[in-house]
Amino acid sequence: MLSGYMTLSTRATAVALGVLAVAGSGCFEQDMANEGRLKPLEASEFFEDGMTARQPVEGTVARGQLFNDDHLYRGMVDGALAETFPFEVTADVLERGRERYEIFCTPCHDQIGTGNGIVVQRGFRRPSSFHVDALRAAPAGHFYDVMTNGFGTMPSYAAQVPVEDRWAIVAYIRALQLAQNATDADLGPQDLEQLGERR
Amino acid sequence: MAQIFHPSTNTLSRLSIFGAAFVVAALAWAAGTWSRSSVATGVGVAQQQQVPFSHKHHASGLGIDCRYCHTAVEESSFAGIPPTATCMNCHSQIWVDSPMLEPVRESFRSGDPLEWIRVHDLADFVYFNHSVHVAKGVGCSTCHGQVDEMPLMWKENTLYMEWCLECHRQPEKYVRPRAEVFNMNWETPTDQFELGRHLVEEYDIENLTSCSTCHR
Repeated sequence: MLSGYMTLSTRATAVALGVLAVAGSGCFEQDMANEGRLKPLEASEFFEDGMTARQPVEGTVARGQLFNDDHLYRGMVDGALAETFPFEVTADVLERGRERYEIFCTPCHDQIGTGNGIVVQRGFRRPSSFHVDALRAAPAGHFYDVMTNGFGTMPSYAAQVPVEDRWAIVAYIRALQLAQNATDADLGPQDLEQLGERR
Repeated sequence: MAQIFHPSTNTLSRLSIFGAAFVVAALAWAAGTWSRSSVATGVGVAQQQQVPFSHKHHASGLGIDCRYCHTAVEESSFAGIPPTATCMNCHSQIWVDSPMLEPVRESFRSGDPLEWIRVHDLADFVYFNHSVHVAKGVGCSTCHGQVDEMPLMWKENTLYMEWCLECHRQPEKYVRPRAEVFNMNWETPTDQFELGRHLVEEYDIENLTSCSTCHR
């Protein structure tokens, strides 16, 4: 018999452990709301660096991630900044560009690209207007390159804006440049009428 | 042998049998009230963080779009918490001496991420995907409330299953046009029901109450 050789204190300990095990299983093992798997950005206690996922071995190229299209990924054609877009600029691309420009660029460059966004008004170094001659003449690849690698005080936006969106933003900057330097002769009758109402 | 109980205890026993029903009801009510109280749900309780980040200042004060930081919300199940580099896009030059932002600068220097305390922690047995909700016209504020008015982040809704089902059963009461999803000032229009029914059809919103939609 167990109780035959168990002293009173060991029996008390056994009971206490039993109670703890039941309570513990209720709190930890049975808690399905917090499973052992980790959610994105949750810290791992298993790996020393605290990251949940492992980094691929250096030099690994995943399927579809060779990024060997210089024009698309680096804005370069034959070693020079591209003058052209890597894909056709449609109305949808422009619309996407406007949306992305307003999300990521307006804080500094403002709605029309003069470089007086709210963050500049709060003290960030003012960027150049998109409407100066140098930037109107700059190749499309220049804008792509700046977004990808940063320029002066502007950091890289590569982590926030995917490749195709960066090109769409370039297209929209081109549209802004056209719009800010348009004359009445560039406008259709409907545009002129709308403009007349506002003037 | 004398009686153990005096005859007057008959009344007591009848009362307690009768009263037991009320006690059970009261306990059920108390449990229900407690589980929906902010103590249990965390609704409306501002979460202190290592850095007192204000959505109110950044979103409504400066007009920065949700997606500037939560870049993955349209593509992924997880909206994404920005890396420290995103903070430093502006704070490399703005508020550079603020002691409040020292943990941000320290994180940027050392490469160790800031540790934010999760405010919306859904149970692990629930599958949730931000991108599909955004694509089907569920606005940020429908679930998260007026985040642009929150100095510190809090949970606007319980994230209980009963709360999810309220919309999953009648999405037409909540959906809005896709273009308005990120508009924090969107107000439910008077013809919401008509608009909602139209959008449910247009966006193919269907199959929302199957168990395996969320528990997969």
